[in-house]
Amino acid sequence: MIDLEHVLVVAALLFSIGIYVALSRRNAVGILMGIELMLNSVNLNLVAFARFVESPRPIDGQVFSVFVITIAAAEAAVALALAVAIYKLRQSIDVDRMNLLKW
Amino acid sequence: MDDTAVVVAFYVLAAITLLSALMVGMVRDLIHAVLFLILSFIGVAGLYITLSADFVAVVQVLIYAGAISVLMLFAILLTPRSGRDNAGVSYSAPISVIAGLVGATIVFVALKTEWAKVDEDRFDTTAAAIGEALLDPFVLPFEVASVVLMVAMIGAIILVRPSEGEES
Amino acid sequence: MIPLIAAWYDFDPFRELYDWLRDNTWDELVYVVIAVVGATGILSFVGLGALANVWLERRIIGRIQVRRGPNRVGPFGLFQPVADAIKLIQKEVLQPSASDAKLYNLPPILVFIPAMLTFAVFAWAPDMVYADLNVGVLYLLALSSITSLAIFMAGWASNNKYALLGAMRVIAMAISYEIPLVMALLAPVLFAGTMSIPGLIDFQKEHDIWLAFLLPLPVFIYAIAATAELNRTPADIAEAESEIVAGFHTEYSGMKFGLFYAVELINSLAVSGIMASLFFGGYSLFGIEEYIPPWIIFIGKIYFFYFGLIWLRGTWPRLRIDQLMAFAWKMLIPLALINVVIVAIEVLLWRELELTDWVLAAYVAINAVLAIGLFAFFFRIITRDYYRLPRRVRLEHDVSVPSLPAPPSLALSQPGTGVGEA
Repeated sequence: MIDLEHVLVVAALLFSIGIYVALSRRNAVGILMGIELMLNSVNLNLVAFARFVESPRPIDGQVFSVFVITIAAAEAAVALALAVAIYKLRQSIDVDRMNLLKW
Repeated sequence: MDDTAVVVAFYVLAAITLLSALMVGMVRDLIHAVLFLILSFIGVAGLYITLSADFVAVVQVLIYAGAISVLMLFAILLTPRSGRDNAGVSYSAPISVIAGLVGATIVFVALKTEWAKVDEDRFDTTAAAIGEALLDPFVLPFEVASVVLMVAMIGAIILVRPSEGEES
Repeated sequence: MIPLIAAWYDFDPFRELYDWLRDNTWDELVYVVIAVVGATGILSFVGLGALANVWLERRIIGRIQVRRGPNRVGPFGLFQPVADAIKLIQKEVLQPSASDAKLYNLPPILVFIPAMLTFAVFAWAPDMVYADLNVGVLYLLALSSITSLAIFMAGWASNNKYALLGAMRVIAMAISYEIPLVMALLAPVLFAGTMSIPGLIDFQKEHDIWLAFLLPLPVFIYAIAATAELNRTPADIAEAESEIVAGFHTEYSGMKFGLFYAVELINSLAVSGIMASLFFGGYSLFGIEEYIPPWIIFIGKIYFFYFGLIWLRGTWPRLRIDQLMAFAWKMLIPLALINVVIVAIEVLLWRELELTDWVLAAYVAINAVLAIGLFAFFFRIITRDYYRLPRRVRLEHDVSVPSLPAPPSLALSQPGTGVGEA
């Protein structure tokens, strides 16, 4: 039997892995990968609630997760464009070296 | 959801997703990390299907595994070879502790709350229901999302465009 | 649950086996048996199709190029695919030592998976669908976006800059042509109101009209976009044999290359199948499907469109990558967008005002006129620069450059053409 708690636990584990990846990388694309993992876990939560929890309009969870996917796509595009632009300017995408506000 | 096949599929897919997410954090080469990320996306799409969300599952494969992954691969290829070391982690011990604490808190709250659960499978075709929801209650977020996508596209193009007077 | 899924009992022995199994054993066993039998049927069609396609392609392209195709290995060269397979299997397996070892062996297998999965949603007969998904059309689109990832992996793992260049070209073209592909496939979904493929075929049977007549522009857009997604000529810049060695499969020898080639053929069959199901009625042929088994009609239509793809390959020259990208972004995407708007208006009028089915005939005429008009308009816009290019400079009418000496006069020129005056 798959119950709501099982899915929530899986999503929570995915979220914590996402936090670890996002906070501990030095590479900008690595940080983005962690953020995408976190967004995926949030989507999983939303879809699980849409499936298991009583609500006046049960499709809302899935609609919300479609919006999250859309915004994640937009954010990934801008983040990667930023990474490429920073590389052209500073010849590196090591975020530990981007520690000056103005150069 | 007490079909044995669905239960087995759920556990297998959850294992695939979590293991590949762990490997994202642990492999040395950044391109291998992106490929494990794609595997975790597909695992999450499989989990959606076990939760009767067929439209969201296919959209997840189409957009995450098909488009965002390609974006990440292109960005990695346009940036230096020396920066492709995924093993360069900083402060990994404190961050693992923080991540573990956050995960434990969420799991504790999830298991302790009394959710108002409904047990039947309510969705016949989710695509039609999502379409109607996007046009009636959620039409404003729908339009705003299209504006956000256009702004992101224009912003990304402007960020990587060669500046004036520079040969591309 | 069971009657709704794969009802493969269209054949009488299968029907008896199914009835016996359902009465005497558990439901799960029936499900597993149906799944296995159905999968075997589909995979055997795919495998035999790949073999037959090798022969078909080489013979037909040979005839188009005014030569016979292979004709030595059997009667009419029919065993040529077997000879090809044996040749590829016995080749030495060369793996570049600098290649990414873990990633090198995966792509030939990974490109196979989406190609096979595409055939699961086709409707071969009224109750012969392996997986009647509610989002069938979207599922097909998602699979084509996974194929490009496997090709990138192949190009990357080879550690060869030409292979990587070929892989980047493939991905750039794939993502550019995905947009008009999605919008072209949106039009029949709008008309039928459902994304499931049996639903679309039911719509075409119920209104007795093929969606290709209603929607000529999406058919055209889909044909071109699918050719580009398949990396077939005229859009095969990714594996252009004369240009970048062999593109993303340069470093793959023997049967691995054979797998890539076979996947290209299977994908061509899949694309022909999608075109036949969505636009040309699938297994239905205006009522003849009661006398001829519908799956024979469907396979016939698949091979008809596959013949069209081979014809395209044999006749058209290869386009350059910038020509292909310009074509996708400047012509197909605006055409597809305008087409979606027009189709949406038509469907709205048809359903809201509850007009009769005679309005479909009017739509056929309107859409045909609009398709030709829009296509001519955009074609004119894209080729506008061509008419403004300066005339090609010829040797006799040289532009005078002060720093260079006068061009030599040619002995072959006729008097009065102005040679020697510059």
